[in-house]
Amino acid sequence: MNDRVLRVQDLGVDFKLREGGLLRHRTEILRAVNGVSFDLNAGETLGIVGESGCGKSTLARALLALIKPSRGRVLWLGEDLNKLDDEALRKKREDLQIVFQDPLAALNPRLTVRDIIAEPLWTFFPKIARVQVDERVRGMMKMVGLLPNQINRYPHEFSAGQCQRIGIARALVLNPKLVICDEPVSALDVSIQAQIINLLKDLQKKLNLSLIFIAHDLSVVKHISDRVMVMYLGKTMELADRANIYKRPLHPYTSAMIKAVPVPDPKLARAASDTGLTGDMPSPLEPPPGCVFHSRCPYSVERCELEVPPLRRMENGDWSACHRAEELDLTIGSEAQANKP
Amino acid sequence: MDAPAPLLEVKDLDVGFDTPEGEVHAVNRLNFSIKPGETLALVGESGSGKTQTAMAILGLLAENGHMRGQALFKGQDLLKMTTPELNRYRGSEIAMIFQDPMTSLNPYLRIGKQMVEVVMHHQGRAKAEARARAVEMLRAVRIPDPERCFRQYPHEFSGGMRQRVMVAMGLLCAPDLLIADEPTAALDVTVQVQITHLMSELRKRSNTAIILITHDLGVVAGLCDRVMVMYAGEAVECGSVEQVYYDPKHPYTQGLLNSVPRLDRPEDMDLVAIAGNPPNLLALPEGCKFRDRCPRAFEACREKPPMQLTEDRHAYRCFLGDPK
Repeated sequence: MNDRVLRVQDLGVDFKLREGGLLRHRTEILRAVNGVSFDLNAGETLGIVGESGCGKSTLARALLALIKPSRGRVLWLGEDLNKLDDEALRKKREDLQIVFQDPLAALNPRLTVRDIIAEPLWTFFPKIARVQVDERVRGMMKMVGLLPNQINRYPHEFSAGQCQRIGIARALVLNPKLVICDEPVSALDVSIQAQIINLLKDLQKKLNLSLIFIAHDLSVVKHISDRVMVMYLGKTMELADRANIYKRPLHPYTSAMIKAVPVPDPKLARAASDTGLTGDMPSPLEPPPGCVFHSRCPYSVERCELEVPPLRRMENGDWSACHRAEELDLTIGSEAQANKP
Repeated sequence: MDAPAPLLEVKDLDVGFDTPEGEVHAVNRLNFSIKPGETLALVGESGSGKTQTAMAILGLLAENGHMRGQALFKGQDLLKMTTPELNRYRGSEIAMIFQDPMTSLNPYLRIGKQMVEVVMHHQGRAKAEARARAVEMLRAVRIPDPERCFRQYPHEFSGGMRQRVMVAMGLLCAPDLLIADEPTAALDVTVQVQITHLMSELRKRSNTAIILITHDLGVVAGLCDRVMVMYAGEAVECGSVEQVYYDPKHPYTQGLLNSVPRLDRPEDMDLVAIAGNPPNLLALPEGCKFRDRCPRAFEACREKPPMQLTEDRHAYRCFLGDPK
């Protein structure tokens, strides 16, 4: 199963921002993604979780070479995507697809479902016969749970959940190997979220896709991911197996993110402890020195303010970027968490 | 045993909108009440009518909207009031917190000015007094350095801080009823917890009744006493949070609870989705409105099920569990 398809090495994306007036402007650098590394295997699902401004969407775009990274490499099947010329990169895009957050905004309102799903086919196979396209489009519609006889309808005639199914069909029509889903269910109602998560899970298994599933909280990715990566201010805080991360997280931020998810059970919810986090997320323009999380961390010690913790491999094979990963017991549900400094 | 008189009693509330495609029934014969100091959740998905219920109560319906029924606040019918009459209640006795903290603050005015205005207008207090009250509220919602915040503009704050300011503004005049419409939906999870904890703390201190409008069953569980589940403009279930979460009677409530991804359950457990699509308010099925998505629908569901009430006041609109 060790069939690595994607390798990300020390990836960084900077945005230059101009501040101030016409004459006295200065340029500020926003490090949206900063030193992110991970591997992804064929048929594996990686969940990427973080709050707004953590760089998860920028990371998604950099992985697909939709944004040029400032540092580091993205290797797809051993090839550096950013070293390819435009034509070679365009060919690679057949393998790499994305599903966006807002299903309605991601679909052209003037095109029928047929044209939306068929567009990638026309782009990559301009000579393909119309009958063949129709057959393929109907097949895709059936696969994602739409009625093939609605092929001539427009996006506004569908509900948000159905529009997301159209977006998924469009992403899968070329038989890609990797699909990045950027918050695909955040804009959907609860009852529809579960439908889409289950659909993606089924398709992933059926088509042996590699999937990167981005979300803003840990609950949504739990049911679909093999591994989960937690990001904060452009950096990886933790990268761990699903079986471990929800039981014993190795980073205080992960543990806070787990505790922050409200449980739909009145007794448990009332007994729930606070996340222990203080304050708000700092501006990504001025990330704190040392560990970027130290300003909100309940376990922060002097070292955390001075030294940047590297992402380290732990005994069990998971990764954590916390100086105190070994000494802290962050097991969920135990109150052994009181070993504060 | 005499129950305390309800603070707000909504009776047979109907809200409709005229649209080019026809009349949309957003809220249909809704009945509920809330006692002083109680927290009631209106839970439902988009289009269930939860927000329009609040808008109708506060007289904030859009131009093409119309309503029928009664909303008795301390015995006075809010729906019959003229705007000047309503203004005596809005902001002072009934306050509202909206979903998006960015668009509900005036970007041109300093936070302090916006807050002082509220107190001076509603309570006729002098400026210095109003200022003291505003700073006190900012401190209560744990805004660091409230004096400084007072001089700042909304854009200088993060989403979480802005929502704290909104909570502080909502509670400025110590209202008897606070309506919070998805107060945490636009916030990150770690900030959402902070705001929920804050609201539950403030509520204990001030005895304010809260109507919490949300789609998030998790938030409701920790904060509310009672919950009303809405679907396509109707109440389908209503009871204490314990009744509704531990013994849901309506298949829609059961479906909602099953489709929430939960961290306290094993990770390989599958999510159970509700089949079908959200209801189209222009073309609702006859009878039970959940019928075409309901896994347990049967012949009788072609007729509209009445609200059933158990002995311990757990209400639900479904033929299943009908003693007959």
